Amino acid sequence: MQNSLKMSAEDLDFYYGDFHALHGIALEFYENQVTALIGPSGCGKSTLLRCLNRMNDLIPYSRVDGKILLDGDDIYDSNVDVVALRRHVGMVFQKPNPFPKSIFENVAYGLRVNGMKDKSFLAERVETSLKQAALWDEVKERLYDSALGLSGGQQQRLCIARAMAVEPEVLLMDEPASALDPIATQKIEELIHQLKDTYTIIIVTHNMQQAARVSDVTAFFYLGKLIEVDQTETIFTRPKLQETSDYITGRFG
Amino acid sequence: MFGLFRISAAINGVALLVVIYFLAIRGWRAINWTFLTQPPIDSMTKGGILPCIIGTLCLSIGAIAVAMPIGVASAIYLNEYARPGRIVRLIRLGINNLAGVPSVVFGLFGLAFFVVYLKMGVSILAGSLTLGALTLPVIIGSTEEALRAVPDTYREASLGLGATKWQTIYRVVLPTALPGILTGAILGISRAAGETAPIMFTAAVFFTPSLPTSIFDEIMALPYHIYVLATAGTDIEATRPLQYGTALVLIALVLGLNLIAIIYRSRLRKNR
Repeated sequence: MQNSLKMSAEDLDFYYGDFHALHGIALEFYENQVTALIGPSGCGKSTLLRCLNRMNDLIPYSRVDGKILLDGDDIYDSNVDVVALRRHVGMVFQKPNPFPKSIFENVAYGLRVNGMKDKSFLAERVETSLKQAALWDEVKERLYDSALGLSGGQQQRLCIARAMAVEPEVLLMDEPASALDPIATQKIEELIHQLKDTYTIIIVTHNMQQAARVSDVTAFFYLGKLIEVDQTETIFTRPKLQETSDYITGRFG
Repeated sequence: MFGLFRISAAINGVALLVVIYFLAIRGWRAINWTFLTQPPIDSMTKGGILPCIIGTLCLSIGAIAVAMPIGVASAIYLNEYARPGRIVRLIRLGINNLAGVPSVVFGLFGLAFFVVYLKMGVSILAGSLTLGALTLPVIIGSTEEALRAVPDTYREASLGLGATKWQTIYRVVLPTALPGILTGAILGISRAAGETAPIMFTAAVFFTPSLPTSIFDEIMALPYHIYVLATAGTDIEATRPLQYGTALVLIALVLGLNLIAIIYRSRLRKNR
């Protein structure tokens, strides 16, 4: 299957103050594929992820060099509307972070801030998103209860539903299952499998098995550099470099 | 050692109870329907304190109406928008010093600036502005604390969904921080209602039998009324019960205002 290019980083450098966190990253992300970013803590994989929707803009004294292209346009160009960008490139965070609002309001939030007021449209989209996130059956009776009353796994699926409600094209996931138990993790992974039919998914994970299970392409980072990127199967069975092999087999990291 | 800490903590509760008990014992006989609903008569040795109650309510609400918007907006600027630097440090220094200024200085400032220079005269408006300035640091401090307590993950989630910074603040940060902000308002109201020095030059008068009809009217106020009766009344000894009765009403008013805000706050928390 030939997938078309959705996003790419070109010669990307990132600095936190004096700390050089990413060195000349060049990486391509394709539509309807799951790309996993792996590597030991502090290797820059989360930093890269957060560059892809300019979440790093929020960090004082940080700096970006190079380009990130979304459908061919540089998202760091000075005339890019960051708010609009984040509607195209959604994000699910490491810890479930639902707002202290009702389940319904959580999912509807992204639409409301976009100015959507049509009640039937909102209700419909909330239902669709919750179904996509495989949460609808568990919450349909209590849509107006607080989201904070859900379990951790449910909260994370709610956050995925919330991200999908604005219909982004790319979904960034920063260790989405690291705070969850095995059963909840499995649900999230099944979900990722289904979602790649619709979205371009980029996922950061610490869990090798998870990367192997959910991704099509895996990129291995170490000390702020992209060491190796290939089809996931190739990376996990016949990595070209010794460092990749060492990390995957658990010899360091 | 533990016992010592416990005693220290207990002293607070006991102190409040002793104050209330002391006032209640001496003042409760003065309190009746007439006392609460009539103006003073016979050179303030008889009658009620209605103008004072109304006056204090007006001043408290006025002070909060002045201090809340400015204070909350300042805290939002400092906590959400401003990048740390010299200007922010200077503003904070100003706020901290404002908190330390004696209230009588605020009174004199209010007299010079609002009453005389801005020609507001001795009025509810001038008093509210002066009390508002006095309560600002309390409101800013507690609002900032409430904003800091909102997890950054909420802000990230909101921005990640394509919300603007202001939408994030308005729809997520402020509602989450609201109970904490209200706590500040409670403290502010209590402080404003009980202050005497800032209003004695700016809003309160010795005696007026009529109730205010506009914010440019001068008024009587509970704390100032107590001060007047206890130091400059026509018959200080004979009006002792009136003084204690007035003090009791003031305490009840402050506690009542606090109670309303506390109930509202806990309802907000429950609706999460």
